[in-house]
Amino acid sequence: MTPPREDEDTGLPWPRSWGGVYALVMLVFIAWVGLLAGLTGMFP
Amino acid sequence: MNTLDYVILLGTMLGIAAYAVWSTRGHHDLNRYLKGAGGTGWLTIGLSVMATQASAITFLSTPGQGYESGLGFVQNYFGAPLALIIVAAVFLPIYRRLKVYTAYEYLGHRFDPKTRLLGAGLFLLQRGLGAGITIYAPAIVLSTVMGWRLDATIVCSGLLVVIYTVAGGCDAVSLTQKYQIGVIFAGMVAAFFVLLARLPAGLTFSDALTLAGGFHKLEAVDFSLNMDRRYTFWSGTLGGMFLALSYFGTDQSQVQRYLSGASVRESRLGLMFNAVFKIPMQFFILLLGVLIFVFYQFERPPVYFNKAAWGAQAARATDGRLRALDAQFTEAHAGERAQLEAWLKARHAGDGAGEAAARAASVAAHARVEAVRTETRAALDAASPGTKANDADYVFITFILDHLPHGLIGLLVTAFFGAALSSKAGELNALGSTTTVDVYRHLVRRDASDAHYVVASKCFTAFWGLVAIGFALFANLAENLIQAVNILGSIFYGVVLGLFLVAFFLKRIGGTAVFWSALAAQALVFVLYFNLSISYLWYNVIGCAACMAFSVVLQAGISLRGGPQPRPA
Repeated sequence: MTPPREDEDTGLPWPRSWGGVYALVMLVFIAWVGLLAGLTGMFP
Repeated sequence: MNTLDYVILLGTMLGIAAYAVWSTRGHHDLNRYLKGAGGTGWLTIGLSVMATQASAITFLSTPGQGYESGLGFVQNYFGAPLALIIVAAVFLPIYRRLKVYTAYEYLGHRFDPKTRLLGAGLFLLQRGLGAGITIYAPAIVLSTVMGWRLDATIVCSGLLVVIYTVAGGCDAVSLTQKYQIGVIFAGMVAAFFVLLARLPAGLTFSDALTLAGGFHKLEAVDFSLNMDRRYTFWSGTLGGMFLALSYFGTDQSQVQRYLSGASVRESRLGLMFNAVFKIPMQFFILLLGVLIFVFYQFERPPVYFNKAAWGAQAARATDGRLRALDAQFTEAHAGERAQLEAWLKARHAGDGAGEAAARAASVAAHARVEAVRTETRAALDAASPGTKANDADYVFITFILDHLPHGLIGLLVTAFFGAALSSKAGELNALGSTTTVDVYRHLVRRDASDAHYVVASKCFTAFWGLVAIGFALFANLAENLIQAVNILGSIFYGVVLGLFLVAFFLKRIGGTAVFWSALAAQALVFVLYFNLSISYLWYNVIGCAACMAFSVVLQAGISLRGGPQPRPA
């Protein structure tokens, strides 16, 4: 089940690991929910 | 539509299709026909995944949702980033390692042939039915715009996509999707800025948001735990995650897109592209609908957005009721507009008390406008027994035709048409592949040549195209097209996802246990769907959880009786 080693490197300057990429995507998601919740509260 | 619009529409659509057919000519190798050249980069994969999911329904119907119900629908997509991460981390490496053509081949590797056929069969059933709905939506647009017969529009648009998908296979689908999504984004962004420019003089973007908020159109996130509400943070995140996990992880129309990547890296980055941009894209389209709502508070809209249907009934009716309702609507709309202007005047003057009073009066005036619209729908329902009047899908196209300049009208209609064809091509490509690999090659003809399977795949793709056209010809307008597609998906997707999650994570469960459990779970979902009134997204969770739980219990029973043990994964 372990993917080949060459696929562990993202090839990006940053983040270098896929765990880092997934964490970044989660942060973007949380930021979007926060912004949308803020929009909901700003124009009640 | 004038000559310029027709030139843009026909030139763009036929040009893209012809280019795809020409550039993929001579692909007789099965691997290349079903999975592409194998060198697809992450951006093409990302755009292709996005184009497959975002059909014409997305761009046609979603602004109507924003107009009617505000931004709340965006919560439906909250589960997508989480699901895409799981697909990229868990599903994708396994599919790539086993070098499968379809996701259901993996079920055959892990369980047995009957479970593989069950997974493929559920996909073919729900995607075959859904394909009819996705071809119906653009046909409505085109028939309304051009005054064509609806059936002729369905047949013409359906045949174009069948021709280039059959001719070019996976490469043609990816290639056309890349250009079509470019046209779509250009059209939607242009419509947004023209809409901003068409708002009344003195009405700022902030004013527009304030007015929309006053009518509860900006309630994007609802953290309440009420299961009856169709869109909440929880149903969207949890139910939406299961829906998206099933769609991106097990639906061949998506799996085929990212399996064409040059490497796991390219496929993963393509999926992460969608994880990042899916929510903002849907938000943008809904916001467009909300701004159209604000625009129509100052510009009188039609009392019923499907003007062709309204006009036909008004001409036929002899009692003058529809004409009287139209006159009432004009009066109510003028009253609301006067209240809104008072609201804006108080806001600009910094008069808090006056603003609150004018806002309350505007909301009351808007309720009168909506009452006339509701009465109009009831009158249309009474005039055509057996149909349910709903004009939400006509809001955006009405705005485009009535208020955008020529050239841009052609671009937007091209965008709808391109979106329809891009998602339809992905579906047909997947339906043809699954029928060839999981049914024909597996059950009917095991050892034929590559060229034979390429021909078979082309025949099956054409067959599914004709089935989709047939369904579209007999479809009726559902409450809202995009919801109809999602509801249909949610009924089947949960169980299919359950099959895959058992395969990935419950190693001790064998094919017999999971096969019968999936059938029982599907029956349970059907029973609940017809007896409960909960958000349809929850059926993804229920179907998946039932399939997994039943599998555990049944495997325990089989093991206790000394029955067959699972094969090692």
